[in-house]
Amino acid sequence: MDDESQEGNLGLGETIPGQVASSSKNESWAKPTHHISASGAPKEAMNINVEGRHLVSPLQGFGQLWQKTFRIRLSGLNKSPVEVMSIWKANFQKFQPPENKFYPTMSGIKPGEAILIEGKVPPLPGMPSILPVATGVMVLYADDGMFTVMNPEGHPLCGWNTFSVFDDEGVLYAQVQEQSRPSDPLYELFFRFLGSSAQQDKIWLHVLTQLAAYFDIHEPVEVTKTLMDPSVQWSQASNITKSAAIRTVFYVLGTPIRWISKKT
Amino acid sequence: MTKANVTMAVRMAKDSAAIIDINGEINAFAENVLMDAYNLASNNGAQSILLNFTRLDYMNSSGIGLLVTLLIRVQRQKQTLMAFGLNEHYQQIFELTRLNEAIRIYTDEAAAIAAL
Repeated sequence: MDDESQEGNLGLGETIPGQVASSSKNESWAKPTHHISASGAPKEAMNINVEGRHLVSPLQGFGQLWQKTFRIRLSGLNKSPVEVMSIWKANFQKFQPPENKFYPTMSGIKPGEAILIEGKVPPLPGMPSILPVATGVMVLYADDGMFTVMNPEGHPLCGWNTFSVFDDEGVLYAQVQEQSRPSDPLYELFFRFLGSSAQQDKIWLHVLTQLAAYFDIHEPVEVTKTLMDPSVQWSQASNITKSAAIRTVFYVLGTPIRWISKKT
Repeated sequence: MTKANVTMAVRMAKDSAAIIDINGEINAFAENVLMDAYNLASNNGAQSILLNFTRLDYMNSSGIGLLVTLLIRVQRQKQTLMAFGLNEHYQQIFELTRLNEAIRIYTDEAAAIAAL
């Protein structure tokens, strides 16, 4: 595996704590399901690529498999990991970049709940973020110190992200760890060659910076990237038929037609 | 950093297969223990790696991520990863996370060995 450490000296083994404080352990997992249900999502959210979709792990993706770890030191913060995680969950949308809208269900960050996402991405590197992508995630696991979201078919990435807060020898850290492959050949093209990977990284850099800023802490984010599998999985190339990006563009282009149809 | 709350013992079975007996919790802290066990099994020539979950206390989502990491390493070495002894809850978690599509699961050690 190839390591691409940008800052710090972190490895695969020095990642997330998994302590469960008070919540019941088995209840931290989502109930068994093969499809996401986003029926509790706000009505204004664009639920066109989530409802009924299968969940996908990194194993079902097309492109190279990366593990990326983003970590920020919360120096001097006199709070427990559980308290910080509680604040993070409650402000999950607030800490996102302005071009990303997150729509949790009324239940919030709970196992099995869907979170709809409306983002905008640049069509090419250096261009403004104008292409809409409506997608979402399901909360796969959540306890007092961490939570993991898993992506549905059509999402740009097959895999999951784990958000955690932990104490490492008296210093508090907040961390986002992504383990994923681009879902299909088009996403792979954008992630590998056209800047989508860096765009995705910016999201987690922003989130961690905003979380720290909430506590008036201003520290750099340490980033570690590991290429776990450099090969692509051609057997998953047909994932492109579920592409949320393509479907969203057609959905948006069809808005006038739907509006006229409703009027007549 | 908190230490791993798990131990893993490696023993060889028939036909170049190694069994990793897991005892404790699999979370992010278990990575070094798991990879050390895998390396030991590989160094002994194992082509099939069997994970024994009979004495698994708990696994969180970071633990599932670790299994993906292990699976990728195993696949890149042209080895096979199998599992047995998962209780019903973790069998469901394997299905939910779709690990069951890449890791062959058996009810017990005898069934796993018979499948080699």
